Amino acid sequence: MARSSVAAIDWVTVLLFLLLVGFGWVNIYSASSENEAFSLADFSHAYVRQAYWILFSIVLIIITQAIEAKFYERFAGLIYVISLLSLLGLFVFGKNINGATSWYQIGPAGLQPSEFAKACTALALAKFLSDMQTNIKLLGYQVRAFLIIAIPAIFIIPQPDPGSALVYAAFFFPLYREGLATIYLIVGASAAGLFILTLLFNPIWVVLVVAAVMLFILIRNRKRKPKYSRYLLTIIVVAGFCFSVNYIFNHVFEQRHRDRFNIVLGKEVDSKGIGYNTNQSQIAIGSGGWVGKGFREGTQTKGGFVPEQRTDYIFSTVGEEWGFLGATMIIILFVLLLIRLIHLAERQKSQFSRVYGYSVVGILFIHFTINIGMVTGLMPTIGIPLPFFSYGGSSLWGFTILLFIFIKLDANRVNEW
Amino acid sequence: MRKLLLYLIIITTGIVFVARLFYLQIYNTSFASLSEDNAIKVIYDYPQRGAIYDRNGRLLVTNQPSYDVMVIPRELKPFDTLEFCSILNISKDKLIKRLKKARVYSPRVPSIVIPQLTKDEYAYLQEKMRKFEGFYIQKRSLRDYQTVNAANVLGYIGEVNERLIKEDPYYLSGDLIGIDGVEKQYENELRGIKGVKRIQKDRFNRDIGPYKNRKFDTLPVNGKDLTLTLDSKLQAYGQKLMQNKRGGIVALEPSTGEILALVTAPTYKPELLVGRKRSPNFTKLVYDTIAIPLFDRGLKAEYPPGSPFKTVNALIALQEGVIDTNESVSCRMGYYYGKNGRKLGCHSHRSPLNMIPGIANSCNAYFATVYRRIIEKYDTPQEGMENWRKHVESFGLGNYLGYDLPTGKRGKVPTAKYYNKIYQYPTYKWYASATLSNAIGQGEVLSTPIQLANMTAAIANRGHYFTPHIIKAIDGKPIENENYTIPKVTTINKEHFEPVIEGMYQVYTQGTARSLQVEGIEICGKTGTAENFTKIDGKKTQLTDHSVFVAFAPKDNPKIAIAVFVENGYWGARYAGKIASLMIEQHINGVVSRTDLEDWILAHSLEEEYAKPYSGEPFKINQ
Repeated sequence: MARSSVAAIDWVTVLLFLLLVGFGWVNIYSASSENEAFSLADFSHAYVRQAYWILFSIVLIIITQAIEAKFYERFAGLIYVISLLSLLGLFVFGKNINGATSWYQIGPAGLQPSEFAKACTALALAKFLSDMQTNIKLLGYQVRAFLIIAIPAIFIIPQPDPGSALVYAAFFFPLYREGLATIYLIVGASAAGLFILTLLFNPIWVVLVVAAVMLFILIRNRKRKPKYSRYLLTIIVVAGFCFSVNYIFNHVFEQRHRDRFNIVLGKEVDSKGIGYNTNQSQIAIGSGGWVGKGFREGTQTKGGFVPEQRTDYIFSTVGEEWGFLGATMIIILFVLLLIRLIHLAERQKSQFSRVYGYSVVGILFIHFTINIGMVTGLMPTIGIPLPFFSYGGSSLWGFTILLFIFIKLDANRVNEW
Repeated sequence: MRKLLLYLIIITTGIVFVARLFYLQIYNTSFASLSEDNAIKVIYDYPQRGAIYDRNGRLLVTNQPSYDVMVIPRELKPFDTLEFCSILNISKDKLIKRLKKARVYSPRVPSIVIPQLTKDEYAYLQEKMRKFEGFYIQKRSLRDYQTVNAANVLGYIGEVNERLIKEDPYYLSGDLIGIDGVEKQYENELRGIKGVKRIQKDRFNRDIGPYKNRKFDTLPVNGKDLTLTLDSKLQAYGQKLMQNKRGGIVALEPSTGEILALVTAPTYKPELLVGRKRSPNFTKLVYDTIAIPLFDRGLKAEYPPGSPFKTVNALIALQEGVIDTNESVSCRMGYYYGKNGRKLGCHSHRSPLNMIPGIANSCNAYFATVYRRIIEKYDTPQEGMENWRKHVESFGLGNYLGYDLPTGKRGKVPTAKYYNKIYQYPTYKWYASATLSNAIGQGEVLSTPIQLANMTAAIANRGHYFTPHIIKAIDGKPIENENYTIPKVTTINKEHFEPVIEGMYQVYTQGTARSLQVEGIEICGKTGTAENFTKIDGKKTQLTDHSVFVAFAPKDNPKIAIAVFVENGYWGARYAGKIASLMIEQHINGVVSRTDLEDWILAHSLEEEYAKPYSGEPFKINQ
């Protein structure tokens, strides 16, 4: 490790990382400790295990920094293939926990390869896009980039872990930055919008409204000799999309999936069954008020009312015990981290590093958005962890490696020509 | 440009989340209260309700333990209903109905399933209770009466109703509250303050320790003990004398306004309205619409006051200077007035009479003359009437007295406006003669026994009275409420009282109550015989007169002022006078020497008289 590159480490990012991990552990401690004395020797407590995971992640940090920066670029393909194999291996050697076969059992610990696959995919995508020949504006390369992203997601979905698969949408960030046409963004946003509208209203009405809008635009533009076929095609595609969404939602989705959407859209009120998690989490957060009930004073946290509170719902502990001020501080920390990372990505000279940096931003952003959105009741229940915060070794290590590879790449930028 | 869009997405997301947090944590407070319901169990510790003593320190009301079976519907687990029902001696249908009702009230707040078990039932059930999750037993205290009297004064307690629960957050379903009498009036003093314990629960509803180290817990504060002004011995004696009769006795201490006895007849024993017996007994009492035992005649029955009211007219006449004590008025078996020689009848007595014998003999002609002069002193009868009314009302008549018991009636003193209306003034005119029955306390004037007793006290005090009250001390501390400690002054000058009191004294020495003297006690009184009517099949029918009597004793430094009404008891001295006389002797001497008189009262029943209007046959009155 060159001396210059240690000095070049971006300590702002490291500080934000440490704050999040540290505060995360404080809340895990609150959510998992009973009334007995504090002890770091009793492995039956989640907060004790998490403390050791954090210690081990420091080892991982040192390793990521010790490795030559060029290694990541050179071996990106190999790393990617290994991660795909580890995902496939789950179908044979995986251990079923909570109905999902996402784990390898190694001694007393479980490892979740999908947490590492994200970083590997990011490396592979960066390698592909930074290839001199790749031109993302051409359809052929777009398809190949899409495959690099989609293959691990496809492997993850049947575990089943659709939440983790959804994270791969994060790679929109680097693709967009590297010049993917804006039309993809528009189509994607429109599809999401139409999806929600179709669930809320009868698809026939949605299609009729879209047709009316189209007709309006057409009439306004008629002097410029518009291509009528395009307008017609758009309406047909929209209609097809809406009706197939409607069909898939009602016939392909399972009831539990439908419920999750319906609760967020306000079409169903259910605080006991499927809506219990979200409801309890909102009660816990809402009861926090301005400054919260204080460290280890949360009645909802103590009573264990919020399911999965240490993992996916850890943010509800923040809301209850640290109040609006504490929770807002965490949001600000995440936003600062993401902005800092975009800033770092932008200053990279190598395209590889930049693409990788944007991948990190995208992955962290989508985790952050889906997790907080779920915990605060803005999004359907999609169980993915809050980066650096949630309890769990694999998740913590996965994010640590993901972030610190980028820090290494960034620190190394001075050595590039 | 593309970079900016990504920044924008991230910052927007952050802002949306902060806004959402603001909504959840600051703006919408319902989540905070939900969390309380969720995680904290509140247990109440009920304090002892204050005891009630009489003026001599005799214990009247205390407490006995009682046990309610409570349910928290959301904590119910399937249980052996058959066993449960057989232990508690309740039908399955009833149980299901009550559980349903409890769930409607609230799934997480406890409701009563079976109220007020006895100690024995409780001992048996306590062992079995563990089997029935969601049920528990709440100890409360019920009233334990050490007296069989004064139910109308003491009142009773019962479960608080839903309207009150909504109005006053202190009360929870199943709590007991004073519903009538002193229990209601002094509810806040008697009830004390519930203690609260908060217990942190986990999601399985298990207790996991006290909430916030008992920081918010409170200890119960016991209720305060009340000392009443009531003399329980006098009260008991009054109730004994009133048996088989209807009416009321109110005895006051003129120098303080303290209520010594407040008797209504018929009445009931206070213990009838305790615990599980309360409901059926209460129903029985409510449905007795003829004797109406729940109706406190001492406070609420509005009777024409009859002749005792003449004393007030005499006082007003002296105050207005329309007659002096020497002027005599002749009486030829009545007072003749108006164009057609209308007559206000009187009984036979020597004539003419001046004021003192006029009172002693209750001469109607004398008071008709006096009353006309009072009204006609002014240019118009309206002015005269209003002036007269002002004097009358200064004796506490015609309006609520402001005593500390929760029920009452205003009584009635007619106004000029009232006569304008019924005589259709100004189309037709009316004169003093049209209101002449006011002279003798008949017709438009109505008063309750307590008003009449208070009026008597004002005369006994020579011109002032203290608002009657039942409370003497709270937790041993004498009351300081100015409403009861500052006298209310009448509009009559002090010197005018002596002749009237002398007249009332002569009622005993040579007038209508000659036979009722008590040796060694100078009693001043006034008999009354009040005409009254009822409707039978929609027809106004006259009933036997009410027997009315007011008195105070001794003449100087009076210790007791009393008003007695006996419904349909005929003339004043016949029942009311005798009862008043016995009560005065009992109060001042502590014993009753005239056992023959006492026996006569105890032996005579008016039930036959009360049955007459309901017999469906023609009947005679005033026999």
